[in-house]
Amino acid sequence: MSDKHPTPSTPDRQPALRVVLHRRYHFSASHRLHQRHWTGEQNLRVYGKCANPHGHGHNYVLDVGVTGPVDLATGMITNLADLDAFVEREILAEFDHVYLNEQVPAFRDNVPTTENICREVFRRLRPYPHARLETIGIEETGNNSFEYSGD
Amino acid sequence: MLYLTRKVEFSASHLYNNPDFSPEENRRIFGKCNNPHGHGHNYVLEVTVAGEPDPQTGMVLDLKELKEILQREILDRMDHRFLNYEVPELAGKIPTTETIASTIWTLLEPRIRQGRLHRVRLYETPDLFVDCLGNGQ
Repeated sequence: MSDKHPTPSTPDRQPALRVVLHRRYHFSASHRLHQRHWTGEQNLRVYGKCANPHGHGHNYVLDVGVTGPVDLATGMITNLADLDAFVEREILAEFDHVYLNEQVPAFRDNVPTTENICREVFRRLRPYPHARLETIGIEETGNNSFEYSGD
Repeated sequence: MLYLTRKVEFSASHLYNNPDFSPEENRRIFGKCNNPHGHGHNYVLEVTVAGEPDPQTGMVLDLKELKEILQREILDRMDHRFLNYEVPELAGKIPTTETIASTIWTLLEPRIRQGRLHRVRLYETPDLFVDCLGNGQ
């Protein structure tokens, strides 16, 4: 770095403001809304075209909100590289370009509505070691979105 | 309670570097954001003010006044600037989205005289944003 632009080595203390970092991720997956113990008519009545036996897909947008103190040495709540790697391993590697009902064990007996996907994603991301998970948001389409902050 | 949000945009450059770290540590921790020449973003700032509408005017606060506050306090300071070197409030800090949002909160909070500042939301990109909610909540 140029000497005419020195960065002081002892940053001022930042006020203790509450800050939440949001990072958005994208995955595409198919699902089917269907309860095994219901009749075909019941499934069709409750879930409509989402009960189509062959499934259908969405471009999901996942918003992960984490909070915690901002580290003065880095200016960060958490290093994005760590968060990205964790979400990639815990969610995207398993959820992207799959049929959720058949390929994600958590949805074998738990209908993969976006509500249930939110809860499953929250359960998986909660152990993130570098910040506190505050909220999960999922857009199923640009017109339908869901938020979950734990029970 | 009503919540009113005003959106503005500014473009600025920055870099992440902590002189207490070795060059290797800086590169490891900050990655490409450590590029000494800096890089830039089109920031999108959403400022939300909470309050009850004045019975005479029907307004929580005068949007013209909020627009002027944002122009004077934020855009005049940060738009088309190199944040590390040209914004005194960020001198010596790592100008992450967390730091910039907190700084914007600190600049705006005392200027909002009708209603109260509820949230500062700053987008660095459409997929990365930070909410600053003050000391409460």
